[in-house]
Amino acid sequence: MRLIPLGDSAVTVELGEAIDPDVNALAVAYANRIAAQGWSGIVDVVPTYRSITVHYDPLRWDLTALTDRLLALPCPYPREAEPQGTLHDIPVLYGGNQGPDLEGVASFAGLEPSEAIALHASVCYRVYMLGFTPGFPYLGLLPEKLAMPRLPTPRPSVPPGSVGLADRQTGIYPIATPGGWRLIGRTPIPLYRRTGLDPFLLKPGDLVRFRPIDQDEFERLSREMAHEHDRPQQRPR
Amino acid sequence: MKRKRTEIDVVKPGWLTTVQDLGRHGYQRYGMPVSGVMDRFAAIVGNRLVGNPDRAAVLECTLKGPELFFRDDARLAVTGADLSPTLDGNDIPLWECLNVRRGSRLRFGTRRIGFRCYLAIAEGFDVPTVLGSRSTHSPSQTGGLDGRPLRAGDLLFGGPFDGDAEQLVGRRLPDRLLPRYDRSAILRVVLDSRREFFQDAAVSTLLHSVYTVAPQSDRMGYRLIGPPLPRAGAHHFISEGTATGALQVPADGQPILLMADRQTTGGYPPIAVVISADLPFAAQLGPGDTVRFVSCSIVEAQALLRTRHHLLDAALPPITVNRRSLGQKKSDGGSS
Repeated sequence: MRLIPLGDSAVTVELGEAIDPDVNALAVAYANRIAAQGWSGIVDVVPTYRSITVHYDPLRWDLTALTDRLLALPCPYPREAEPQGTLHDIPVLYGGNQGPDLEGVASFAGLEPSEAIALHASVCYRVYMLGFTPGFPYLGLLPEKLAMPRLPTPRPSVPPGSVGLADRQTGIYPIATPGGWRLIGRTPIPLYRRTGLDPFLLKPGDLVRFRPIDQDEFERLSREMAHEHDRPQQRPR
Repeated sequence: MKRKRTEIDVVKPGWLTTVQDLGRHGYQRYGMPVSGVMDRFAAIVGNRLVGNPDRAAVLECTLKGPELFFRDDARLAVTGADLSPTLDGNDIPLWECLNVRRGSRLRFGTRRIGFRCYLAIAEGFDVPTVLGSRSTHSPSQTGGLDGRPLRAGDLLFGGPFDGDAEQLVGRRLPDRLLPRYDRSAILRVVLDSRREFFQDAAVSTLLHSVYTVAPQSDRMGYRLIGPPLPRAGAHHFISEGTATGALQVPADGQPILLMADRQTTGGYPPIAVVISADLPFAAQLGPGDTVRFVSCSIVEAQALLRTRHHLLDAALPPITVNRRSLGQKKSDGGSS
């Protein structure tokens, strides 16, 4: 474990050297444990691939006091403290206008587009972390065969719901943003609902499985989601 | 008795005017940027001058301020950048609590110094809280006024005018506490303790060069143009949490200074982080302005911030009472 101060109001706790599901499970569990202490003046606890960034109010904490408290906190073992992440089934319309890079990714992998879809949908992915935009999940690990590097030039705008991949990661764009990942499909399920009480569909440590759907189902689900958007939201779990 | 809120018409929106408070904390783990005011010192002073808690929502006006018409009496303070504010054609002082009569018109002129100006109003601008904050994050259309900057024709609400608080009028920030904004800023930084991501020359280049704020700079970050900071090729950087003030260095070596709307995680290594006490001065830089960096320890950085706040507290004590309607609409739904 390595403590890396990030300026005068954050510190990163590094738990491992590489992207690894066990190290990440430890990061999520440890972040939950830190957040659960309810220490006042700790403003954000952010688990990432293999580390946690703790943001603190420098008027209420100094670095020594904070690191002493962090080091005194028993570090959970990955399987012990982490509640099993929720498994999400994400329907995706692959290819066509919704996934303009599918053919390119398939030929990169030496596969037919249908085989590339099957391979992408065959893995149960882990939500390693959220970042980039509200609710954007970094999912891994993508099968080696599909691990194509990002586009040389990012697209100026990627439509919300687009499913992309880059290297050993796959992800979903929750809002329209510029983006450099290869787009292979699109989901009608919103990942970020700005008017919801719990606006974020996915949480660190959750699991995601993609389910290929056809155009009809995509349109039907899109209509249902638009309708659901108008209804009051459930309380967060 | 329910008192009427102050109504304000947005006649012209200005270049980029948003509702902001001290930021949306607690959701960075879901990728939600913190947002909030870029210059915390100016916003906090504005709020204290008009008798608000520090976290009340203010308007952040950028480069060219809005034109506002007051349908009701109001109490306000203008702080931060000097964008030549006038009330019915007469210059008004910055960093001072003022009363405004109904029918008055607030306008802004040319940029004298600084880049972002704050308008605080008694009891704060009333917009719904979203995830615990009134701050606007435009890219995700979250918070503020329907998640976007002000537009002509918008109607803003401030708290009810409180005639009992007459003693606030004319109260101002003592001169010795006035920030001196400079278009050639010197910002203190805490260097990152890791050296494996950069060549040895990078830190000395950073500390001995002048960088210019590029035109493609915004509330997310400033692109800085100047001598490149050479990365060490061998080490791959795995995405991790970012901080406001961090100087991220992409492969081309041109640093990006992360600001209020920064991404919560980043894939470029940080070489240093601007200290909290100097972020307000960074917030007042615009494209074409220049910046130099000076190294500082964490202990020193935190001591500077504490000193500044002690001085401010002595001059303008924080308002802690939970006055009437500060909670205002407690809806967590952003639609209005």
